[in-house]
Amino acid sequence: MAIRWGNYRAGEFYDELIRVANKPRPAAEEICKYLRNLTDQELEEYKTAANTAIHVMGITFTVYTEEEGSIDRAWPFDIIPRIIDKKEWLQIEKGLKQRVKALNMFIDDLYNEQRILEAGVVPKSLLDASKNFLPECMGIKPKHGVWAHICGSDLVRDHNGTVYVLEDNLRVPSGVSYMLENRHVMKRVFPDMFEKYNILPVDDYPSQLYDMLTQLSPRDIEQPEVVVLTPGIYNSAYFEHAYLAQQMGAELVVGSDLVVADDDIVYMRTVDGLSRVDVIYRRIDDAFLDPEAFREDSMLGVPGLMRAWKAGNVGLANAPGAGVADDKVVYAFVPEIIKFYLDEEPLLPNVPTYKCVNKDERDYVIENIEKMVVKPANESGGYGMLIGPHATKAEREKFVRLIRRDPRNYVAQPMLLLSTAPTIIGTKAEPRHLDLRPFILSGNDISVTTGGLTRVAMRKGSTVVNSSQGGGSKDTWIVDMEAD
Amino acid sequence: MLSRVANHIYWMERYLERAENTARLIQVNTHLLLDLPRNVTLGWEPIIDMLSFRDVFYDLYKEADEKSVIKFMVTDTANPGSIINCLAAVRENARIIREIIPSEAWEQINNLYIAAKADGQSVLTRRHRFNCLHRIIVANQTITGLLGGTMLRGEGYAFLRLGRHLERTDMTSRIIDVRSASLLPDLSPEQSAFENIQWMGVLKSLTAYQMYRQEMRIRINRADVLEFLINNKQFPRSLQHGLMQIGKCLLELPNSESISQQVKALSEELQQLDTHELTQDRLHEVIDDIQLGVVKLHQAIDSQYF
Repeated sequence: MAIRWGNYRAGEFYDELIRVANKPRPAAEEICKYLRNLTDQELEEYKTAANTAIHVMGITFTVYTEEEGSIDRAWPFDIIPRIIDKKEWLQIEKGLKQRVKALNMFIDDLYNEQRILEAGVVPKSLLDASKNFLPECMGIKPKHGVWAHICGSDLVRDHNGTVYVLEDNLRVPSGVSYMLENRHVMKRVFPDMFEKYNILPVDDYPSQLYDMLTQLSPRDIEQPEVVVLTPGIYNSAYFEHAYLAQQMGAELVVGSDLVVADDDIVYMRTVDGLSRVDVIYRRIDDAFLDPEAFREDSMLGVPGLMRAWKAGNVGLANAPGAGVADDKVVYAFVPEIIKFYLDEEPLLPNVPTYKCVNKDERDYVIENIEKMVVKPANESGGYGMLIGPHATKAEREKFVRLIRRDPRNYVAQPMLLLSTAPTIIGTKAEPRHLDLRPFILSGNDISVTTGGLTRVAMRKGSTVVNSSQGGGSKDTWIVDMEAD
Repeated sequence: MLSRVANHIYWMERYLERAENTARLIQVNTHLLLDLPRNVTLGWEPIIDMLSFRDVFYDLYKEADEKSVIKFMVTDTANPGSIINCLAAVRENARIIREIIPSEAWEQINNLYIAAKADGQSVLTRRHRFNCLHRIIVANQTITGLLGGTMLRGEGYAFLRLGRHLERTDMTSRIIDVRSASLLPDLSPEQSAFENIQWMGVLKSLTAYQMYRQEMRIRINRADVLEFLINNKQFPRSLQHGLMQIGKCLLELPNSESISQQVKALSEELQQLDTHELTQDRLHEVIDDIQLGVVKLHQAIDSQYF
């Protein structure tokens, strides 16, 4: 007998599947029973089958090393799904829609009237110091007033079971392909588990993404030309770029495939000459997008792309400059932003966040640094963070100096006790911390993926879930417990 | 279709075809050596010459013995044309265009590379070699079948077939050239019986033996083997068939008229040959023309489309 739930202890943390030892949450009962009845050998077989499927399907992310150049690595995948009851999920979904709607109104306002600054709800100084604010975008009004067409928001659950938004990724969020492929792996490996549950499907995402992108076309034609712009095969998310292009039936292009002609229209180089492009789903950061407008040394971008976009000749998703709201200081203001634009209370809470730019809050953070998670405003992927309780004295002192030198660039949050879920380690199930990244699409309406990508910190006690730093993933099941 | 993508499809298929042909060559040579008397040393050097790797080889190895040549041709990453490097190139090209090719084909390509890499050492011993190379050949055929069974019949598929037939035409011409030149002309009377075996070897390197039998119904002789391999329109690895297919692919592509003219000229040159009257020198000239023609075709395709 492989998994003994009686021995499973999540301790002070909220566990997603197990309420207390031997007592699964209602939505997890079937799966726990299923796993309990597996022999060690069967469990091993399932693990091998999942790994083989991942290997064969070529689900990888790329790691770049000095010695070996770029290598593809399979991302650790855990076969125990994370299960969320549909009833709870619908509430989360509502909250996400509300949040992204307000964020898009906020970005549109910043680049146009700046009402929220006039009203003093968000300080003007915030804009001056923002690395992601692009003055080039002032006065531009993209279709539907939407700037962040694809948003990936990271959700976490604390020890009380409350779900918080940890951050919003509004630039080029990645991970959705793993969400889709994880489901394929689970279907290959555990077809019989799918008979015991009403699991809501996830695979509609590529068609929703495609539909949303076609709405951005400047030309009113039946089949606008949509392309996915990738930095190339050495990018860690290249697998995802290729995967999404394939699933949408869109061309996957690199910068050198595109050219902006004198008519300010974007074309791609084909075997039959130049051919017009209507919408670009770009997976290149703003800074590299157009060497004419931003970094001159960019080899990845397309010279003149900003010109074409400003002239309204091409749709760009996400719009350049959308990253202004993808900033950990702006994050701290999101509850105020929601109230200002929608006159509603936020449905999904923020993690309480101290803005080091305010003296009182800064002093509090510095005094309590050993309890805090300190984050720089503009880094992603878990880089440049201080996790107070796990840091050395020297590291903490370094961060105090950093905060004093550039307070605008730092926010701090109390250390959250992140929820756990059983994860196979060897032949046992052990609790591991996780988060959830749903993806929100905004065009003329807003849609949310069914669940999202569950990332899990595979190291015991660790809360860092990023793929580049030893994280893994799980399939995420939204199950309908009422349907039969 | 994007020029860059067309380029990757074309090269993916060329490397795939090259890997398979190389595996077949080694397979057949291994078997051929077992049939020849001990004092006839056909050896492994012709394989190196066939693929024009003489210089690269002798930079790395002292002697063209079986072990060195096999290692060089199959697993040596220092040889740009080794099977493992071809398969890596197939995979790398496929990876870049994985959203274009059917995902099952990508899975197979990925798998083939991983398996061939893991199999590496065992190919050096004769006992394991057959299975090893056989797996590579079968996997290549599977991939070809998958692509043929699932890919849209558009420009992408035309570039795929263009790559395949260009590579195949090139390889067939190389095999004819080197094999017919190294066919041990000074055999003693009692050894001349082995000439047949060697022509059989030539046919087998191209998987042509059975088809030759069905089609020609005559015993193996130089003139008929050459006629079959050069001008038979129905045998899928003959030069004439290759050119015919290249011509068909070009018809499906835009602005291909001038390239089609080049193909036609090559095809006509071959048709005028009388293999019964063909001296070794003349054959060599014709083959040189074909190889040069293939290079020029590639250049024309490259500058027109990529």
